[in-house]
Amino acid sequence: MTTTATIGTTIASDGFALDPADREMILEERAHYPYPQAACIEALKIVQKRHGHVPDGAIPAIAETLGIRVADVEGVATFYSLIFRQPVGRHVILICDSSSCFLTDYEALRDAFIEHLGIQVGQTTADGRFTLLPVCCLGACDRGPTILIGEDLHGPVTPDEIPRLLEAYA
Amino acid sequence: MSRILQSAGERRAETHPLTWRLHDDQSPVLLEEYLDTQGYAAVTKALEQHTYESLTEEVKSANLRGRGGAGFSAGFKWSLTMKGEGVPRGYIVCNADEMEPGTFKDRLLMEQQPHLLIEGMILAGIANRAKQGYIFLRGEYHLAAAAIQRALADARADGWLGADVRGSGWDFDIALHTGAGRYICGEETALINSLEGKRANPRAKPPFPGQSGAWGLPTVVNNVETLCNVPGIVNHGADWFQALSGDLSSDGGTKLYGVSGKVNNPGLWELPMGTTGNRILELAGGMRDGLTLKSWLPGGGSTGFLLPEHLELALDFDTIGKTGSRMGTGLLTVVADNQSMVSLTRNLEEFFARESCGWCTPCRDGLPWSVKLLRALEAGEGEAGDIELLEQMARDLGPGKTFCAHAPGAAMPLASAIHYFRDEFERGITRPKGEAHADPIPVGSV
Repeated sequence: MTTTATIGTTIASDGFALDPADREMILEERAHYPYPQAACIEALKIVQKRHGHVPDGAIPAIAETLGIRVADVEGVATFYSLIFRQPVGRHVILICDSSSCFLTDYEALRDAFIEHLGIQVGQTTADGRFTLLPVCCLGACDRGPTILIGEDLHGPVTPDEIPRLLEAYA
Repeated sequence: MSRILQSAGERRAETHPLTWRLHDDQSPVLLEEYLDTQGYAAVTKALEQHTYESLTEEVKSANLRGRGGAGFSAGFKWSLTMKGEGVPRGYIVCNADEMEPGTFKDRLLMEQQPHLLIEGMILAGIANRAKQGYIFLRGEYHLAAAAIQRALADARADGWLGADVRGSGWDFDIALHTGAGRYICGEETALINSLEGKRANPRAKPPFPGQSGAWGLPTVVNNVETLCNVPGIVNHGADWFQALSGDLSSDGGTKLYGVSGKVNNPGLWELPMGTTGNRILELAGGMRDGLTLKSWLPGGGSTGFLLPEHLELALDFDTIGKTGSRMGTGLLTVVADNQSMVSLTRNLEEFFARESCGWCTPCRDGLPWSVKLLRALEAGEGEAGDIELLEQMARDLGPGKTFCAHAPGAAMPLASAIHYFRDEFERGITRPKGEAHADPIPVGSV
């Protein structure tokens, strides 16, 4: 299936099909707003929850489901930092690099993660287990330095705690 | 786990309107308990006794100033909302996109007392004749999202939201909208674009959101803490709110103040508006590890650095504003004497450069350039003229020069760090003017 965007490009859905349950959730989100485009960020998050990231084929599939332009969906998907347009690890480690964590030795923690995982910030481990990404102030500055793994907030985290902390994320 | 909220004494309804119900174990205050402790009484009172004009007037005379950092009068903002016969009913949007570096106050209110926020939003809805509220919550606040969803469902089931609110004939509902990252979403017009499912680029003002906001309808955007102050004002009156701060400040109410950085006891306290920095730092147990305080940010990464002598000032919008900084969110970030100001400023400008939405040139190109210069100074590879160039950039990124307040926010810590700690920047200069940096720092790595 292909969907023709109004700006003239054609993006193949690459055999991607929205999971029926996801499609239903997206339509449910659409009902919360006066216009369907408003549900597009939530739609991307729904797809990402199932697939870990947003595969190329999901972009036209979401556009078709919501009745909006492919370019608008892709424009949004590439703007927001928590929408992943490339595959990520099973667990995404968001490490806060803002000022309060910087002042409570975030850089030492970041370097320890880089050494322990053997990847740079922005990369995924070869076994596909972890992706390490920077994030804006996590709003837990009283516990800096902080990280968010999945939905779990940790802080303060010291470099020597990393191996034990990561054991919980298979 | 340590408690985020701490107390300087007993918390009571009359003195601690934001936090008096909160539990020591940090569990959320659920509907039943909220109702048993005057919860939603302000909505009942507003529906029975107020018109939308008188409700707006009450909040205006309380002089409730925006707790998201700008300090704009909430009541005055409401008075500017287009409403009345023939005007379509618009939206109340709660800015719950707390991402300001060093700020962790709204998360506490939403995780532990979501009904207070919902009550504040219903009142804002009545005063502005809105038909619908949205809570724009940052995507990383998972615990807050769960608490809000539960509270919305409970409030709806009990008739506080939906059609015919408590038999009043008035309808108003609230939906939770969770974001997907990007600091710029906290800018109110960027937030509206994001709510509409678009890229979070700010919009030109005017028209202001009160005239044409979400989907072209009148829209009021208020911060979480601002909205949480409204039920108390409606219950006890504008005079009570003004009296909360006593002689400490011309601004009324309490403030959730906090401290982060290398202090013994980081946390949050609800204190009268206008409490001094010294008192707040004392509650935070002073500096840890034998460090001494060199500088501090009064309320987030987009406020200007201050010196220890400024700690004796009242922390309110006008007093801190006179120093050339801003109170911002009122959560102090303290800097110890062994911290390089050049490195810290570099960290802040990296943040602002990364978070620029890219819409206007000074911000998109200027901020990475400032990072490049700061990295050179940090590495001791700066050249003569770099500091003056940074100062020029801070002016060119200031208010009125860019599309929104993002770049001015970035300029404030930059200008103030150079102003107060110029010697630290000068130590980074080792090359004559015009000599190319030996190892150019790639801007793209910001």
